[in-house]
Amino acid sequence: MTDPKKAAGGLSACPVPIADYPEVLLAHGGGGRLMHQLIEKMFVSNFDNSFLQQRHDSTRLELGDCRLAFTTDSFVVRPLFFPGGNIGSLAIHGTVNDLAMSGARPLFLSAGFILEEGLPMETLWKIVSSMAAAAQEAGVQIVTGDTKVVDRGKGDGVYINTSGIGLIDASVNIGPAQVRDGDAVIVSGDLGRHGIAIMNARESLGLETSLESDSACVSQLTLRLLEEGIDVHCFRDLTRGGLASSLIEIAETSGRHIEIDEERVPVLDQVRGACEILGLDPFYIANEGRFVTFLPESEAARAVEILRESPLGADATVIGRVADSRDNLVTVRSVIGVRRILDMISGEQLPRIC
Amino acid sequence: MKFVDEYRDRERSLQLSRKLHSITTHPWRIMEVCGGQTHAIVKFGIDRLLPDQVQLVHGPGCPVCVTPLEIIEKSQEIAARPNVIFCSFGDMLRVPGQTRDLLAVKASGADVRIVYSPLDAVRIASENPHREVVFFAVGFETTAPANALAVIQADSLGLQNFSLLVSHVLVPPAIEAVLDTPNNRVQGFLAAGHVCTVMGYAEYEPLAEKYRVPIVVTGFEPIDILQGVLMCVSQLESGRAEVENQYSRSVRPEGNREAVAMIRRVFRVIPRKWRGVGEIPCSGLGLNDEFARFDAEVRFGTTEFTLDEPSECISGEILRGLRKPPECPAFGTHCTPEHPLGATMVSSEGACAAYYRYRNFERGTE
Repeated sequence: MTDPKKAAGGLSACPVPIADYPEVLLAHGGGGRLMHQLIEKMFVSNFDNSFLQQRHDSTRLELGDCRLAFTTDSFVVRPLFFPGGNIGSLAIHGTVNDLAMSGARPLFLSAGFILEEGLPMETLWKIVSSMAAAAQEAGVQIVTGDTKVVDRGKGDGVYINTSGIGLIDASVNIGPAQVRDGDAVIVSGDLGRHGIAIMNARESLGLETSLESDSACVSQLTLRLLEEGIDVHCFRDLTRGGLASSLIEIAETSGRHIEIDEERVPVLDQVRGACEILGLDPFYIANEGRFVTFLPESEAARAVEILRESPLGADATVIGRVADSRDNLVTVRSVIGVRRILDMISGEQLPRIC
Repeated sequence: MKFVDEYRDRERSLQLSRKLHSITTHPWRIMEVCGGQTHAIVKFGIDRLLPDQVQLVHGPGCPVCVTPLEIIEKSQEIAARPNVIFCSFGDMLRVPGQTRDLLAVKASGADVRIVYSPLDAVRIASENPHREVVFFAVGFETTAPANALAVIQADSLGLQNFSLLVSHVLVPPAIEAVLDTPNNRVQGFLAAGHVCTVMGYAEYEPLAEKYRVPIVVTGFEPIDILQGVLMCVSQLESGRAEVENQYSRSVRPEGNREAVAMIRRVFRVIPRKWRGVGEIPCSGLGLNDEFARFDAEVRFGTTEFTLDEPSECISGEILRGLRKPPECPAFGTHCTPEHPLGATMVSSEGACAAYYRYRNFERGTE
């Protein structure tokens, strides 16, 4: 009998269940279960090394005495311009935030552009200008880049990739593995604005709302907590897949149990209303300027106070704690006081029928 | 948020729960018909506030789940045609057919679009006169008026390139099918508030009388559902079998007359297959003769195609309240939301999917 792993001239067989998914689906990029399977079985298994095992937003590299955070992110958002930002500002915020989640001070970024033939120069200028402004605000420099142009119809105007490097202070040691029993779980602000603002702009839902994306650079907040001497155990930004996916990833990586109190999770009425209409759950909606942090309960009140000093952290709140259990689960106490398990969704949330 | 939070109040929920505990003296099995109610029950944990003797069973009221396999296959066949723009509500895209779902058809290059209203599909048809635009008209009585309106609009615009793939089903025949099941164990029903907002509740009176079951028209928030259960248990405890209206802030006895008139103008009652259940007489809607030219099945020649359901899945028994999701050996092991075997794992409103997502304490390892 042929060993499937030895088939195809010594190359390993593809471990993603290709019988079920012979082609890539949009859900493979949705931040849910399918994307995690793709990452684990396709990428991690092929590129396997100890750095990938950190399972964090950015990877920590040690070069002599110097500790670096390194990350990369690609941006394919539609529409290119949305209330509260555009693909350019988003490309800076996303990568800077990934660095910040390691406790790093973001320093240098690269920018790769894939442009579609026919893209108006005026549009590109606006995007690049707002990248420059966002970079300046975040205190980072864009020090290298790349440009490719594809045929008309082969791209959505512009795709951007940014990679980033930041410096991690010698005293900082944070990541999912540092999460401890009894830690407070703090969210830095209200949830779901980015996802709903984008959906409203993209799908022309006609929701009459002044809602803007929360897209922002959060490194000032994370660095401020560290400078104030708060014993931060973990940061995680709440992008694709929302709060739910981030918490589930941390519960699974740290092997602990996280309890959330639904009533305490801040969500704007406009976002809740849109979610009610569309049958979506704010726990799974994307954010671009929000993170959770895990730190000792004794320091939670002061951490919230520090976060709230900045407008970006004005709604920072303790939403739950790490319980004394080893079941890798996240549970939520519903508004009527009953607990349920928070599960990762398969792909993107799809609006419900009724 | 106004108009929602007052129906999710913790104190009020606990009060209703205490009342229910105090009046319950016998074991009762009550079916909530609508998938939206199932979703709320499991999401908020409403069933955990009920006395042990009161058991909720999840009925066949998820339109996504009960759409038969053969219609799913037809939708994929039509969507894959080169000149077609296939429009659907989002959650139909993940419903598996025999080998794939509409998302996979889209990934292979078909033009499949998520719309939020059938009127969006009419607009797409008028903007793309050289392409065939098909709307996947799925749902209960709730979505039928908007779908009827889409046909009326397309007709008045003189559109030749718009059609509906219709798979409309009706609630009362489904309740009757449950009650006619030989070993039926359901003793009372929470009828679906939104359906009754459209249709009223006169058609439930003969059912309550014939089968001697209480039927309470119920809303979708925790307080609504707890109140509905309380009203139903009160009837059962006192030996009554009446139609009552918990959801009076939305439902009038006669329903919405204009909406009903629109449904009657465009659709007629026909037999329909239900995924997991089989064919139920007079349980669905199809386009009537005046609007038959908007029937995608006629236009694309799929009327003759039929397909039987696989037998390994117990969703038929779950939809009739005979068994609960964790009683299925496949639940959470080789049947998951990523790889659903049958109807009730398909939609997020399906009983198995709702159990899996919110109540996976007892599921097997992945």
